[in-house]
Amino acid sequence: MRREPPQTIGDYAPLLFPAAMLTIFFVVPFGTMIAVSFFQRQQGGFYTPAFVYDNYARFLSAFFGGVLGFSLMMAIAVAICCIVLALPFTYMLTRMARNVQVVWLVALLSVLSLSEVIIGFAWSTLFSRTAGITNILVALGLMGEAKALTPSFAAVLTGMVYQAFPYTVLVLFPALVRLDPTLTEAARTLGASPLKAFFTVVVPALRNTIVATLIMVFIFALGSYLLPQLLGRPQHWTLSVLITDQAIYQSNMPFAAAMAVFLVLVTLGLVALTVIAGRKGEAA
Amino acid sequence: MNINSIKRRTLLGAGLAGASMLAMPAVLRAQDKSLKVGVYGGYFKDSFDKNIFPEFTKATGIAIESVAEPTGEAWLVQLEQAARAGQAPADVSMMSQVAMLKGQATDLWTPIDMAKIKNSSNLLDRFVNKYPDGRIAGIGAVSWYITLVTNTDAYKEAPTSWSAFWDPANADKLGLLALVSNSFLLEVTAKTFMGGTNALDSEEGILKAFEKLAEVKPNVRLWYRDEAQFEQALKSGEIPMGQYYHDVTGLAAADGHPVRSTFPKEGGIQDSGCWALSRASQKTEEAHIFIDYMCQPSIQATLSRKVGTSPTVKRESTDLTDKEFAAVSSDIEPIVPRYDLYQTKSDWLNQKWTELIVG
Repeated sequence: MRREPPQTIGDYAPLLFPAAMLTIFFVVPFGTMIAVSFFQRQQGGFYTPAFVYDNYARFLSAFFGGVLGFSLMMAIAVAICCIVLALPFTYMLTRMARNVQVVWLVALLSVLSLSEVIIGFAWSTLFSRTAGITNILVALGLMGEAKALTPSFAAVLTGMVYQAFPYTVLVLFPALVRLDPTLTEAARTLGASPLKAFFTVVVPALRNTIVATLIMVFIFALGSYLLPQLLGRPQHWTLSVLITDQAIYQSNMPFAAAMAVFLVLVTLGLVALTVIAGRKGEAA
Repeated sequence: MNINSIKRRTLLGAGLAGASMLAMPAVLRAQDKSLKVGVYGGYFKDSFDKNIFPEFTKATGIAIESVAEPTGEAWLVQLEQAARAGQAPADVSMMSQVAMLKGQATDLWTPIDMAKIKNSSNLLDRFVNKYPDGRIAGIGAVSWYITLVTNTDAYKEAPTSWSAFWDPANADKLGLLALVSNSFLLEVTAKTFMGGTNALDSEEGILKAFEKLAEVKPNVRLWYRDEAQFEQALKSGEIPMGQYYHDVTGLAAADGHPVRSTFPKEGGIQDSGCWALSRASQKTEEAHIFIDYMCQPSIQATLSRKVGTSPTVKRESTDLTDKEFAAVSSDIEPIVPRYDLYQTKSDWLNQKWTELIVG
């Protein structure tokens, strides 16, 4: 099959629909948000159209800097945990029999059907003192008495990794399936242990996929605002939680919009850095 | 939440349509006149749907479509955004006092014509919400208390004072509301330790209250936005103490859960909801009939018995017995929130508060 570049305007027609959708549902709302972020906040009321920098100025403080830093750190941690868990898992999954694969993939897909609320409440029950997993450890005699594992950073991290794990597997799966098995076979023939073959052949061959997955999970985790509230203490609240507070509870749309714009910019910046670093690494 | 409420609304609509097929004449008449009423989702809405709205439709021929509204100010934001576009997701909504004041700032509420509210003579003055220029913005729907709640298994003796929150013995055991404008903990601090809520008149006073409040932090396990989260933990004893709604706690206790609600000696926090009419609504006539109906002492008494709220009309006008009244209220002077602060200093308070609990 040969692909020809589009010749006439008509050839571009299939692009119109997605382009229109993107414009209506992404570009326009995002533009509105940027506009609102410069509006004048009316304390005790709503906002009036204006062009002021107050909302951005308020954000530039050590306090919000700290929250932003924590959110980014949390999202990176989630992304790394997901990859570390999902890569070996998916690799082994691709080498299993087809029907086993199907069972696993269906199970993972069913996790995707759970809402964030259900995941949050389920984990908060599992981590509770009264009904949680520590009770099992007590029954087995491994622990003196049941204790609460939530709220804590570990609880938030667990919840978020659980939520992002299926996405990670589903993104990695096609790449790993397509991976030429002769590569590892060659490595094994040349005397590499399976573990060594995995780290020296499989991982480098999938570098681009891994980086892309990292970025995807990172962005996915950055938007989480329910799990940090359900499983964490206030110091584990991400910037998304504070944005929600401002938008929904304080009716301060301009400030919420400014924080959201800032978050998007920082995210884009980080992604760009990763891509550039990746290119440099490739060139070397 | 949006999707959910739309679904619920379409469902209701389908239900109404179905009912009209069965009871043609009566409901057809009712369908001519209808009113969308926003009440807090969950237990509140279920209770109104069961005990209040059908009777209202029977008495007036106006069909009610109830809309589940989220608590806090989320609903205010939605109403305001919709009103800007000329839409009213609900004609009449039950709004908290802070939300009422914020809505006033943008003239969101259609002024109520008191001449059409014949039952208004029974209302207690503090439940009539007025614009600064004297127009009536909203009329008291129900009032409720936020009290000191405990799990009876964990605390054999009920605590008697809000100062229990500060007791080092209660480390990591409290569940408190997460927002400055719905927890009213500044007022609690001022009443308990600073001689009264007047101590919050000056910024220094407020900062002092924040300082005192910071001492509570190590005792707090959960700062909740979502009521279900705390209610569940309180029932199971996971978080055995905190602040919560007196009405819902009473209902949970009646269902056999090991919880109790106590009016501390400094008083419970009294908050209230107003019926307010969105300026985008076309149903002014029906809204007045509805509000008037809800002001009747007999309806207020029904609400006290069925929903557990405290009446917004004079107690003498109702037929509530002493026991029934005591179940929903208390003789102890309540802590009345400083609503004015949440309008004039809302951003400053919010910033200090967030820094306090997140920092």
